[in-house]
Amino acid sequence: MNYILIAEQTLNGLQLGVMLFLLAAGLTLVFGIMNLVNLAHGALYMVGAYLTTWFYQATGSYLLAVVLGLAGTLAVGIVTELVALRTLYERDHLDQVLATFGLILIFNELIAIVWGRAALYSTIPDYLSGHVQLTDSLRYPLYRLVIIGVGLAVAVLLWFTVSRTRIGMLIRAGASNRAMVAALGVNIRLLYTIVFGVGAALAGLAGLLSGPIYAVQPGMGELILIQVFVVIVIGGIGSIRGAFAGALIVGMVDTMGRAFLKPTLATVLSPTAAETAGPALASMLIYLLMAAVLAFRPEGLFPSRGS
Amino acid sequence: MNKLLLETRELRKTFGALVATDGVDFDVREGETHAVIGPNGAGKTTFIKQISGELRPDSGEIRFAGDDITALPAPQRSHKGLARSFQITSIYREFSALENVALAVQAHAGHSFRFWRAAREDPALTGPAIRILEEIRLDRRKDVLAANLSHGEQRQLEIAMALATRPQLLLLDEPVAGMGTDESQRMIELLATLKGEKTIVLIEHDMDAVFTLADRISVLVYGRIIATGTPVEIRANQEVRAAYLGEDF
Amino acid sequence: MITTRNWILVAILLLLGAVPAAAAYFEQPFYLDLLRRVMIFAIAAVSLNLILGYGGMVSFGHAAYLGIGGYAVGILAHHGIHSGWLQWGLAIGASALVALAIGAISVRTSGIYFIMITLAFTQMLYYLGISIEEYGGDDGMRVPVRSQFSGLVDLNDGTQFYFLVLGILAASLFLVHRLVNSRFGMVLQAIRSNEARTRAIGFSPYPYRLATFVISGAMCGLAGALLVNHTAYLTPEFMNWTRSGELMFMVILGGIATSAGPLLGAAVLLLLEDVLQGWSLLPREAVRDHWQLYLGIFLVLVVLFARRGLAGLLPGKNE
Repeated sequence: MNYILIAEQTLNGLQLGVMLFLLAAGLTLVFGIMNLVNLAHGALYMVGAYLTTWFYQATGSYLLAVVLGLAGTLAVGIVTELVALRTLYERDHLDQVLATFGLILIFNELIAIVWGRAALYSTIPDYLSGHVQLTDSLRYPLYRLVIIGVGLAVAVLLWFTVSRTRIGMLIRAGASNRAMVAALGVNIRLLYTIVFGVGAALAGLAGLLSGPIYAVQPGMGELILIQVFVVIVIGGIGSIRGAFAGALIVGMVDTMGRAFLKPTLATVLSPTAAETAGPALASMLIYLLMAAVLAFRPEGLFPSRGS
Repeated sequence: MNKLLLETRELRKTFGALVATDGVDFDVREGETHAVIGPNGAGKTTFIKQISGELRPDSGEIRFAGDDITALPAPQRSHKGLARSFQITSIYREFSALENVALAVQAHAGHSFRFWRAAREDPALTGPAIRILEEIRLDRRKDVLAANLSHGEQRQLEIAMALATRPQLLLLDEPVAGMGTDESQRMIELLATLKGEKTIVLIEHDMDAVFTLADRISVLVYGRIIATGTPVEIRANQEVRAAYLGEDF
Repeated sequence: MITTRNWILVAILLLLGAVPAAAAYFEQPFYLDLLRRVMIFAIAAVSLNLILGYGGMVSFGHAAYLGIGGYAVGILAHHGIHSGWLQWGLAIGASALVALAIGAISVRTSGIYFIMITLAFTQMLYYLGISIEEYGGDDGMRVPVRSQFSGLVDLNDGTQFYFLVLGILAASLFLVHRLVNSRFGMVLQAIRSNEARTRAIGFSPYPYRLATFVISGAMCGLAGALLVNHTAYLTPEFMNWTRSGELMFMVILGGIATSAGPLLGAAVLLLLEDVLQGWSLLPREAVRDHWQLYLGIFLVLVVLFARRGLAGLLPGKNE
C-alpha cells in the first residue's frame, strides 16, 4: 500500500470537498429559504473564474484580481436576482427550472462571445505556486493547501454567522418557516437579496479558486453543478451543516474512487475488465452513494426543516 | 351500550416545545355523533389528523373497530372505514363535482390499474356518484367545475366525497365553516339525516350545529380533554363554561 | 371522446402524412428528414408529458431513456445483431427496467429533491456512456446498419421510415389519450391536483406514480431507438442533461397536460433551433455560432410570459 498516494488523494479529496462546499452552501440556502431551484448557480462560478483570470492578466496583481473578480461576480449575481429571479420566487419549481436553464444558455453564450469557446489559461502568482514539504516523503502543492485553508475558513465564518449573529438567526428561521419570518415584519426582499448575494460571492470564490486547476471554459459550471446537487441531496436541503458534511463525503468518495477503484478491482478482476469497469464505476460512485443515502434517509443527513 | 368504534389512549403529539395533544383518552360508540369543541388553538385539527392518519402521534394508541391503527397510513384507514372532510376545503378544483365524487367511489371499487376504459363514462362509478350527489342535493350541479361551485356547495361536496367511500366513521372537521345562516341550516339538516346511520366525530365551533347534532360532547383545551358528557351535562359544567362557553349559555 | 382539439390534432397528423408526397413534388427532401426528427422528439415529449404534465412529476432526467434506447440498438448492432424486433424490444425493456430502478428511489421524494435526483441519475448514465470506450466513449460511434424488420419495412427508405415514425407517433398519442382518461389516469391526475385529498379517499400515490414513470420511460426508450436509426450515429450526448431541458421545454411550450402540446412544442422548438442556426438575415457569425443565446432568451421569455403554452391558443376545451 502506497501511503504517500493515499495521503495525497485524501488531501485532494479534501480540496474537492471544500470547493463543493463553497458552491453547495449558497445553493442550499437559496433552496431552503427562497424555495428557488437555481440551475444558473454554476454560471456564477464560471463568471468568477473568468473575471478573476481576466483581471489578473490585465492588472498583474493577483490580490486585486481576486477582489475585483469577487465584486464583479457579486454584481452579476445581484443584477440577475433583481431582473430575472425575483419573479420566479412565486412560481412553481418547473418554471424555475426552465427559466434558470434558459439563463445558463444565455450566460454560456455571452461568455463565449466575449472570450471565445477555447479554454482560458489561468495562472497563479509565484508566491502561491510550488510545493510544501509536509512530511519527510510527502510533498503537496501549496495552492491546493491554500484552497483547503480558504474553504475551511469560510466554513467557520459561515457557521459563526449562522449560529451566532442576528442575521444568521433570520436565515435559520427563514429556512424552517418562511411565512413566519415575513409575518414578523422582516424585510423579506432584502433578506433574499442578501442570501442570494452571499451565495453568488461563494460561487465566485469557488470559481476563481478552481481556475488554475480545472479548465476555464463555457459550460464549466454545469459540470460541477450536478455534483453540487448530489451534495445537497445527501446533506439535506437548507442546511449548511448538511452541505459541509455532504461536500466532504462526496469530495472524498469521488476522489478516492477515481484513484483507487481501478487498481482495487484489478486484484479481483482481469486487467481489461478493471480497465473498463474501474473508470465507469468510479464516475457512478457518488450517484450510487446518493441513492443509498436516499433509501435510508429521504431527507438527507442533516435536514433543516422541522417535521 | 353500543360497542366502541374508535378509541384513543394516551395520545400525545408535540411540535418542538408546543404540546398539541397532551395524553388524550377519547372514545366513540357505534352510531353516536360525538362532537369535539374547544377554543382556537386547542389542537382539534391536530387531533383529527392523527385519527385520519395525516400525522403520526409521538406516543399513545388509536384503535378502530378493535384493531390498532396507530401506524396505519391514511389510505389504508380509508379502506378500513374511516372518512374525513377537511376544515379548509380540499377538493379537486379542476374536476367537475361528479368527477370528484366518482374518484372517491373509484377508490373503493377494486384496484385502479385499469388503463383503457374511459372512467368518466363508467356507470359503475358514475351511478353511485350521482346517487350520492342526489342525497346531498348537489345533483343539478354535477357537471360544474368544482372551482366554480359556491363555498357552501364545495363544503357539501366534501361531505359527498366522504360518503362515497362508504365509511363506518365520518370525521367532519368544521363542516359549516365559512357558511352563511341558510347554508349552515341546510348542512345541519343534511348531517341530521346521517345521524344514527353513520358514526360521526364532529369538530365544530358553531354551537347550533353542535347542540342539535351531538349525542356526546368532549371539550378539548390546550390539548387535554377537560370534560365529556351529554349536551345538557356540558352546558352545565362550570369548568367548561369558564374555559370556553362563557356567559352566553 | 372526440373533442374539437382532438380533431385538430388528427388534422395535423393527416397533414404530416401528406409531407412525403409534397417533399417529393417540390424536390425538398430536407423537410422529410426534418419533420421525421420533429416527430421522433414529439414521441419523447409525449412520454414526458405523461409524467410531467399529467402526473406533475418534474423529471429532469428524461433524456436518459433516449440514451438507453439508442444504446440498446447501437450495442446490439455493434455486435452484429440487426433484428429490429430484438433491438427495439431491448430498447423498451431496458428503459422500463432502468425507469423502475430510478423511479423506485426517486418517486418517493418530491419537489426540489425529485428534480435534483432525476438529474443526478441521468448524469450518472451519461458518465457511464462516456467511459465505455468500446461503444465510442465520448465521441460516440457510427451505426451504419439500420434496424431490420425482416422485409416488413425498410428503414433505409426515407419515406417508409417516415411513415413508420408517424404511425408510432399516432399510436403513442392514442395510447396516452386512453391512459389519461382511464381509471388509472384519473388517479394520476388526482394525485397531481390534490395529493392529501387523494390519500384521504384511499389511494396510495406511490404505485401509480411509479407505474407512470415506467410507462413513460419505456415509451421514451422507443423514441431513442428511432432516433439512433434516424441519425445513424450514437453518442452519449443523447443523454446530456441539456437534452432533458429541451424535452421539458417542448412539453411546456406546447402546453402541459394537453394532447397536441408535445407535438406542437417539439415542432416549434426544433424548427426554431433550425432557423436560428441557419439564419442569414444577420451577419453569419453573430447569429449562427451563438444561436443558443437567442434560444435561451426565448426560453426565459416563454416561461415568464407564455406559461399556458401554444395549445392554449387552440380553439376548443381541454380534454
